[in-house]
Amino acid sequence: MAITSIKNLKEFSTNNDRFEGAHTLCPGCAHSMIVRELMNCTDDNLVISSNTGCLEVSTAVYPFTSWDTSWIHIGFENAATAVSGAEAMHKARKRKGTLKDNDAPVKFVAFGGDGSTYDIGFQWLSGAVERGHDFTYICLDNENYANTGGQRSSATPIGATTTTAQAGSHSYGKKEKKKDMVAIMAAHGAPYVAQLAPNKWKSMAKGFQKALETEGPCFINTVSPCCTEWKFDPKDTIGITDLATDSLMFPVYEIIDGHELNILYRPKNIISVEEYMGAQGRYKHLFKPEYRHVIDQVQKDVDAYWDYLQRREEARI
Amino acid sequence: MAEKYDLQEREVWDGNFAASQALRQAQVDVVAAYPITPSTPIVENYGSYVANGYIDGEFVMVESEHAAMSGCVGASAAGGRVSTATSSQGFALMTEVLYQASGMRLPIVLNVVNRALASPLNVRGDHADMYLGRDSGWIQLDAFNAQEAYDLALCAFRIGEHHDVRLPVMVHQDGFITSHTAQNVYPLPDEVAYNFVGDFKPVDDMLDFSRPVTYGAQTEEDWHFEHKARQHKALMDSRPIIDGVFADFEKVSGRKYNRVESYDMEDAEVAIVALGTTVETARVAAKELRAEEGIKAGVVAIRCFRPFPFDMVRDSLENVKSVAVLDRSSPGGAMGAFFNEVSAALYTTPNRPLVTNFIYGLGGRDFSISEAKRIFKEQKAHADAGHITTDIQQFSGLRGPHLGFFQTKRG
Repeated sequence: MAITSIKNLKEFSTNNDRFEGAHTLCPGCAHSMIVRELMNCTDDNLVISSNTGCLEVSTAVYPFTSWDTSWIHIGFENAATAVSGAEAMHKARKRKGTLKDNDAPVKFVAFGGDGSTYDIGFQWLSGAVERGHDFTYICLDNENYANTGGQRSSATPIGATTTTAQAGSHSYGKKEKKKDMVAIMAAHGAPYVAQLAPNKWKSMAKGFQKALETEGPCFINTVSPCCTEWKFDPKDTIGITDLATDSLMFPVYEIIDGHELNILYRPKNIISVEEYMGAQGRYKHLFKPEYRHVIDQVQKDVDAYWDYLQRREEARI
Repeated sequence: MAEKYDLQEREVWDGNFAASQALRQAQVDVVAAYPITPSTPIVENYGSYVANGYIDGEFVMVESEHAAMSGCVGASAAGGRVSTATSSQGFALMTEVLYQASGMRLPIVLNVVNRALASPLNVRGDHADMYLGRDSGWIQLDAFNAQEAYDLALCAFRIGEHHDVRLPVMVHQDGFITSHTAQNVYPLPDEVAYNFVGDFKPVDDMLDFSRPVTYGAQTEEDWHFEHKARQHKALMDSRPIIDGVFADFEKVSGRKYNRVESYDMEDAEVAIVALGTTVETARVAAKELRAEEGIKAGVVAIRCFRPFPFDMVRDSLENVKSVAVLDRSSPGGAMGAFFNEVSAALYTTPNRPLVTNFIYGLGGRDFSISEAKRIFKEQKAHADAGHITTDIQQFSGLRGPHLGFFQTKRG
């Protein structure tokens, strides 16, 4: 049964598992929580595609598969296109009546990491959304190319150290701002766009359900803390996610039809980005005196963006 | 239900129109495409058949050729008939996904209107794109004119979708010379064509949820080799099935195709081996030389470039004294790839004919009957001398001084 009213985590964790536990994701990886939540939030048949990345290499190594539903992986960049091809075929076959079960509801979902979503697969995602296919794209945003050992992506925040934007005696790590993918996808005119977090699992399930129910292309950016590359203890994944959402480094919100913005989580006590950064090894160097200014800059940027989100919510534009 | 399309017994179609009519008659479910000269009209026409109700399918106009083949892969895995078209740079861009399509054993039909690869940018026909696909695990059929572009596109669906094959198929035609030259084409009536192709019967259908399937899994050193070996075996084992489809096609059309076509080869002393429209040029040259100078010239043409008909090439050429293999693709610092393959086949014969290599027609440079005759006459000189009297590799039809490489080592 789909979780239509989620009461508690126990119910959630024992429901309808189409994503098998036997995968090789790192202990503490948030990807599997997010994927299970998506697959548990609907009873409909699912066609899922995945870009190359951590999720893909950890869930379909022949002769095993973690996917108890239709699943396809082509390359690093084209999960959105693969699922749009399947969606087009579903339309054609439904009209012709050649499906095994012509009336069964089917949902089409693509997963990609931030590498494939923000960078190498950006064009493919943009094209699929512009064409208006009825699918939901979920980005598992861990802010780096984790599958290849922690290189910078355009989702890596300022100041984080990665193997290709390293902190050192002459560098504080990545110097460029994170790409605002949620705004870019909203600007495509996608009917439903959101940024969700696995610690706020009720709002995440609701957001997923909304996206699946919405006709047309929907985009959801999910924060997926990466204990391996962010450098924190695997048992602390949800705790780190709490810091991410409470510091507003990852505000949780949705944008409907490209303009109606709703904030889905308002922290009662907003914490500093310093507290969030201090819990992760990737920001350790910023606490040296010569790089403190980066933390201050990030705090200013986060404050300004939170202000912007609230103004937009209020103005309904 | 699709609208009735008015067809004459004889139509005047170019190769692009002919290929698109085959897509209409096969009632292709999904075409995911991106336009590129000279193949654009194939997918434009499919779009127009959809727009006017002549076909009940989905036309997915994507943002690049890489996405076109990606969309085709997703659509094909979802259990229906899929086709697209491309050329040149578009082909190069979709190359990554060509390997993935064949590795997943998806019977997509790709109409390739052959065109040169840049740089320099060139929109005219050569076989650089066709050669780029030669290790991609696709079956590659080669049409020499518009009629064949139509016929082979119909055959391609039957071959690729055959449950003992389950491989993607390319149908090649030469850019502009075939794709944009109107010729007489005799189409099959719609019912005959569709019955020949048959209903699509899915295997491992992503939209059959009673039996979930995983496409595009990872295999490392423990299983990758076995997968690729089985894929190669499937290609090799497709040979009799291709022959069978060609035999069935003859029954409905009266037109007979072979994986290797031989013309005037019964008593031939010298031969040209070629692909594409050059075959017809060489055939005319051979006939004229026989009449004019008594040179026993013949032509061997490869209809099925992949799987490469090694044994049929060998058998058709083993009694010839001298063979010219014509490569219409820049060899990039080696002998022509086609030359190498034909030579390898001939090396297994007792008499080992002399084999020379001509690089010709790059970027659409015209290949004339007189040049074909000159090549035949050179072969005759080699045959009479008993050894190759020229460079083994020569450029044919090049401006400026002669360009050639390597001579026979005699001692």
